[in-house]
Amino acid sequence: MSEKSFDRRTLLVSAGLSTMAGISAAASGKSTGWVERLLKRRFVELSDARREEILTELEEACRVKYGRDDITVADTPALDGVEFAYGLDLSRCVGCRRCVYSCVHENNQSRDPQIQWIRVLEMKKDHGIDFAESNVYYDPDEVPEPDSFYVPVACQQCRQPACTKVCPVKATWQEPDGIVVIDSDWCLGCRCCMSACPYGARHFNWTEPRIATEEINPDTHIFGNRLRPNGVVEKCTFCIHRTRKGRYPACVEICPVGARKFGNLLDEAGEMRYLMREKRVFVLKEELNTRPRFYYFYAT
Amino acid sequence: MERPTGSDLVNSDQEKLLPGSSSLAILLIVFLSISMLILFSIVRGGVGHVAEGDGGRQAFGPAEISGVEFDGELLPGIEEATTGPDQGEFLVPPPPWSESGYFPCTECHADLDLNPEPRVLEEMHDDIELNHGPSDRWCLDCHNPDDRDVLRLINGRLITFDESYLLCGQCHGTIFRDWRQGIHGRRQGYWNGGKSYLLCAHCHDPHAPAFHAITPLPPPVRPQFLARTAQEEAQEAPHE
Amino acid sequence: MIKDITSFTTGSARIAFKGGPTFYAWIGFLGIVCLWGLAAWWNQFQHGLITTNMRDQVSWAFYIGNFTFLVGVAAAAVMLVIPAYIYNWKPIKEIAIFGELLAVSAIVMSMLFVFVDVGRPDRVWQLMPIIGTPNLPSSLLGWDVMVLNGYLVLNLIIVVHLLYTGFHKRPYNRKFVVPLLLFSIPAAVGIHTVTAFVYAGTAARPFWNSAILAPRFLASAFCSGPAILLILFQILQRTTHIKIKDEAIWKIAELMAYAMFLNLFLFGAEIFREYYSNTHHLIHTQYLYSGVHGHDALVPYAWASLICSVAAFLLFLIPATRTHLVTLNLGCVLIFAGVYIEKGMALVIPGMTPDTLGEFYEYVPTLNEVRIGAGIFAIGFLVFTLLCKMAIPILRDPDSGKAA
Repeated sequence: MSEKSFDRRTLLVSAGLSTMAGISAAASGKSTGWVERLLKRRFVELSDARREEILTELEEACRVKYGRDDITVADTPALDGVEFAYGLDLSRCVGCRRCVYSCVHENNQSRDPQIQWIRVLEMKKDHGIDFAESNVYYDPDEVPEPDSFYVPVACQQCRQPACTKVCPVKATWQEPDGIVVIDSDWCLGCRCCMSACPYGARHFNWTEPRIATEEINPDTHIFGNRLRPNGVVEKCTFCIHRTRKGRYPACVEICPVGARKFGNLLDEAGEMRYLMREKRVFVLKEELNTRPRFYYFYAT
Repeated sequence: MERPTGSDLVNSDQEKLLPGSSSLAILLIVFLSISMLILFSIVRGGVGHVAEGDGGRQAFGPAEISGVEFDGELLPGIEEATTGPDQGEFLVPPPPWSESGYFPCTECHADLDLNPEPRVLEEMHDDIELNHGPSDRWCLDCHNPDDRDVLRLINGRLITFDESYLLCGQCHGTIFRDWRQGIHGRRQGYWNGGKSYLLCAHCHDPHAPAFHAITPLPPPVRPQFLARTAQEEAQEAPHE
Repeated sequence: MIKDITSFTTGSARIAFKGGPTFYAWIGFLGIVCLWGLAAWWNQFQHGLITTNMRDQVSWAFYIGNFTFLVGVAAAAVMLVIPAYIYNWKPIKEIAIFGELLAVSAIVMSMLFVFVDVGRPDRVWQLMPIIGTPNLPSSLLGWDVMVLNGYLVLNLIIVVHLLYTGFHKRPYNRKFVVPLLLFSIPAAVGIHTVTAFVYAGTAARPFWNSAILAPRFLASAFCSGPAILLILFQILQRTTHIKIKDEAIWKIAELMAYAMFLNLFLFGAEIFREYYSNTHHLIHTQYLYSGVHGHDALVPYAWASLICSVAAFLLFLIPATRTHLVTLNLGCVLIFAGVYIEKGMALVIPGMTPDTLGEFYEYVPTLNEVRIGAGIFAIGFLVFTLLCKMAIPILRDPDSGKAA
C-alpha cells in the first residue's frame, strides 16, 4: 500500500514539475521550440527569435497556399514620436468609391465573400449627417448627385476604443502610434469587438477568404494586411505596412479629389495640425467618448 | 401525505403513465408543433426587400474595375526625396498640355499679330470651352499677350506654366493657402518625406474648371447576397 | 474510497440508462436530434459561419440569443434554493436538487451555444486563465466565461455530493453542502448580471446600453426558468413515487408571477423612456414592435411574446388558475415561449438592427443554425433527463429523503 502511494506520488510530482517547467519556459519567452509551439503564446509576448520564426513560417504558409514566393510578412514596429491622424474633407468627397477598391487592392481582403473596410454613406444635403437616413448602396450613373453628400467611414482608430476593452483574449489592442491592430493568429472570432464598435468598422471572415493569387499584395504586415485565416475579425489599420515606412495609405493616394489627409499629429508643421487649426474638425458619434483619430471637416 | 381535495387534479392513479395529464401532454405537443411550424416557415435564405434596380446585388473586386489605376507609380525621385540629398523636395508632374504638341506656344504665336479684342475664337482653339467666372472673362486675362509661353499676373509679373498656381491663387486665395499646406488637392508619396503634388490645372481645367461628375465604382454587396457563391458550394458539398 | 466512487459511477450509470419504453423512446428521439445537429455543426465547422445568416451588420443572432436565454434558466434554478434554504420551507427543499440539475444542463447548453458561435472553436482554450490570456478585468465576456464555469463547477459539486451520499445511503454533509447552496444564490445572480453586462456595457448599441437591462434579465430569468421544473415535477408526481406537494408547485408559480410582474414593470419603464424621450434610439424599439420602412420581420414575434407574458402573468397571479392543472401548464408554456423570444431574438436582433451605420439587414436563421440549436437543446435535455433519472431513486428513498 505504501509502495503504491509512493509511486503515485512520484508520478504526480514529476508530472506537475515538468508541466510547470514547460509553462515557465514558455512564459519566459525563451525559444524552447516544442513547448512554445504547444502552448502558443500571443505574438507580442514571444521572444524576438521566435517572432522571426513565426514570420518566416507565415511566409512559407502563404507560399504553399497561394503559390507566390514574393510574399513577405513584416512586424515593423511603431515609429517614435508618431501618432497618426486622418482627415476627411466632406466638401470634396464625391462618393466615387475609388478609396474603397484601392483599399481592397492594397490590403488583401477576401474577394468572395466580399469584404470592404471602407463604407461610403450617401446622405441628403437637406438632412445633414444622419446615419439612419443614409444609404451605402447608392448606384447612380454619376456622382456626386446634386442633393447628396458623401461620408466615407472606416476604422476611426479611437483613442478610447470601445473594441479593445471587450476582447476576451487580448487579441486586439492599440499600438503606440495610435493604430488599433488585431492579431489574426489569436483572434477567437467571438465578435464582441464588432458588437462594440460604434462605426461598423470591423468585418468578419465568415468563411475562408478567397483571393486570386495574382491579386495579392505581397508586401504585408502581420497586424495589418497579412493574408487572414477563416473565422477572424479584420479592419482598416491605416495601411500599417505602408505608413510605418513613411508612405501615405492607399486610400489617401487614390482619392481623385484630394479629400483624404493623413499625417503625424505630433508634427506641428504637418498637414494634420494645419487642418485642425484652420478648419473646424468634428468626429462621428462624439457622445460615445471614443475620441477618434479620424477627423471630418469642410475645407470650404 | 395526501393531496388536498377540492383541487381539480384529475386522476390519482399513480401507476399509469401521465394519466389525466393528457391536457399537459396535449399542450406540450401543440406548443412544440407550432414552434416547429414557425421555425421551418421562417427559415429561408432571406433576400429581403431589394428592388430590381437597386445596387448591391453583386460583389465586385478591384480586378473587375477598368479605367482606374490602383497600382499607381510614384513619380521618379520621390524615394530619393525621402532620404537622399533632395530630402524634403516636392515633386510635380509636368503641366497639362506641355507635352501634347501645343507647347511651346510661341512657335505659332511669335509670327501672329496680336488681336486684343475679347471675342469667341473661330480659327484656332475653338475647341476650348471658356466658362470661368464672369461672362466677360477672356483668354488674355490670364495669358500673356506678348509671350504665350508664360502667364501674366495682375501686377505684371510673368510666371511659367510650372507656377500656374500663383495665377490661380490671385483670386482663389483661401484654396491656394490650403493647397500649399497639402490640405487641398491630391498628394502621393511619404507623409514624412518626399511627396508629389499636382498643379491646379492637373485637376481643374482652367478654361472650364467646374468638376465633372464621374461614374462611381460599384456599391458593396448586400449582406443577404454575400454568400451566394460560398453558400452554394457549402450546399453542394456539405459533408466533405 | 475508490471502490465507492466506481460503484457510484457504474451504479448511477445503470440507473440512468435503464427505464421503460417511453424513456427509451425519449432518449432515442433526443439522440437523433443530437446527431442531426451534430451533422449541421460539422458542416458549419468545415465552411465557417457563412452557413448561418449572420453577417457584419447583424453579427450576433440565434446562437447568442439562445445563450442569453439559457443563462437565465440556469440562474433561475436558485429560485428553488432561496425559499428552501433561507426560509426552511420543507415542501420545496426536497426537490431543490432538481433546480441544481436544471442549472447544470442549462449551463452546458449555454456554453455549447457560445462554442458554436465563435469563428475559431479551436482557440477557445485561450479564454482559460494561466494557459490562455483572458482579458480581465475589462472584458465582460471574459468574466462571463469565468463565472459560468465556476457556477457549473459549483452546481456539479453540490449535485455529485448529494447523489453520491444518497447512492450510498449516507446522510449528506450539511456543513459542506448548505454553504455551497447559499453561495449559489449570489452566484446565480452573478452569472446573469455578468451576461447582462456584456450587453449593457455596449455603448455602440443603444437598445442594450441601459442600466435596467441587468434587473430585466434577472426578472425574466426568474419567471421563466422554473417553468420547466413545474412541468417536470408534474411528470414526476405521476410517474414516480417522489412526493412533490402541490403547494410546492403552486408556491413556485406564485413566485414566478411576482417575478413576471417585475419583468413587465421594467419593460414598461423602458417603453416609456423610449417613446416619451423620442430620441434616435427609439428606432430599435420601433423596429421590434411596429417595423420601420417596411422592415417588420420581428413584429409578430415581439407582440406574441408580450401577449404570452401578460397572459402567463395573469394565469399565475390568480389563485384559481394557478392551482388548476390545465391553466397552470398553459401558463408554463406561455411564460417559457414569451421569455424565450424576449431574451433571445427580441433582444439580440433589435440591438443590431439598424446597425451602427443605419443599415437594415433583416436576419432570419438558416436551417443549419436551427439544426445546431436543436442539437444543443437535445444535448441539454439528454443531460437533464439522465441526471434526473439518477436523482429520482435517491430522493424517493425515505431515508435519504429525510436527510434532505
